[in-house]
Amino acid sequence: MESATVALGQAHEEHHGPPEANQSSRIDRQTLGILLFIVSEVMLFGAFFASYFFLRVVVDPPTWPPHPYELPVSVALINTCILVSSSFTIHYALESIRRGNRTGLKLGLVLTWLLGATFLFIQINEYVHLGFSARDLGFGSIFYSLTGLHGAHVFVGLVLLSFATIRAFRGHFGSEEKDHLGVEVPGIYWHFVDVMWIVVFLTVYVL
Amino acid sequence: MHNPLRSESDAFRWFVVILAGAASVGLLTALFRPLVGLIWAGVMIGIGIGMAYRSARGGLPTQVAVTRGGDGKHRLLVVANETVEGAALLDEIRDRCRDRRSEILVITPALPTSRASHWASDTDEATELARQRMELSLLAIRDLGLKAKGEIGDSDPNVAIEDALRVFAADEIVISTHPPQRSRWLERGVVDRAREQIDLPITHVVVDLSAEPAVR
Repeated sequence: MESATVALGQAHEEHHGPPEANQSSRIDRQTLGILLFIVSEVMLFGAFFASYFFLRVVVDPPTWPPHPYELPVSVALINTCILVSSSFTIHYALESIRRGNRTGLKLGLVLTWLLGATFLFIQINEYVHLGFSARDLGFGSIFYSLTGLHGAHVFVGLVLLSFATIRAFRGHFGSEEKDHLGVEVPGIYWHFVDVMWIVVFLTVYVL
Repeated sequence: MHNPLRSESDAFRWFVVILAGAASVGLLTALFRPLVGLIWAGVMIGIGIGMAYRSARGGLPTQVAVTRGGDGKHRLLVVANETVEGAALLDEIRDRCRDRRSEILVITPALPTSRASHWASDTDEATELARQRMELSLLAIRDLGLKAKGEIGDSDPNVAIEDALRVFAADEIVISTHPPQRSRWLERGVVDRAREQIDLPITHVVVDLSAEPAVR
């Protein structure tokens, strides 16, 4: 039993720092931190989605996207497949390190990084060839805002993955839960980024 | 209630579920029209919220494995929080241990001070309050001429009992609560659930702190 134990006579021993975390509610601080961060991010994305639906439903232009703009749905679909794949590779990396397979960890992290970077590259390339900018109507503004906000999150994810990958190649991380938090936390963030893209893709390109 | 998203594995599970839901929305949109996909997405979100809520509430009661001592000692597990110093509880403990070689474990669940602190797993204050009450209770039991040790338990009293029984081979359990009109534990069916789950004699002691003088 890992909960704080106090036997009579030992109750007033000197104790530094906060009390021990309660056992069944235990969640490490790093994971809790990223979860709270994700909650705040969901709210941020929520504001952008609210703007998107305001423009689309309340302003209600005759066509969506407004004439003559078109969105490259097939390119976005391929990009979606790339990003979705990266969630499986980061999960593979974590499953590998949980089993003590360091090669799998490195392979999973490198693949995830490459898939993420490819996604970002294709998205930037898409921006270049779209034929409209953020200054073109509310549609242009909200399209670039939503996809750009997501792209910024992918970039942050890539930075986190870079740290994790470098550490993996330097021999950091172990199979114990507390020894691979440096991959676990970016992993949770990466899944969040992927889920947000699925929502962005569905909202902007499909619906 | 617990956080349904505690690790990368949980996050991956949610990711796969959302991916499957999104694929079905995309398919319906392609086959019919965007409105159909949108309605289906709304239904899926509703189901998702329901699943998350259900998952956060935990599973159905299960049978709790009980360890047995077998060394002739009578082991008493006492579960109480705010009522841990109540005279009625102390009387019950004295009666249960009279003329017996006894071992007492007092479990004081660390009750979260607010729902927000529970969701954030911020148990520091709750643990400290529970510790203070437990220390006073151990002193009160010592005054009865009995020996006891104490532990801070989970915020859910039933989970705290289950945790305790894994390491303490209790012969019987005493659960102390406020009177029915004031007790949140009774409102949540803590005693009934314990009786359903645990194959041990369970005594429920009602302590009305407003009606009895403080022990210390």
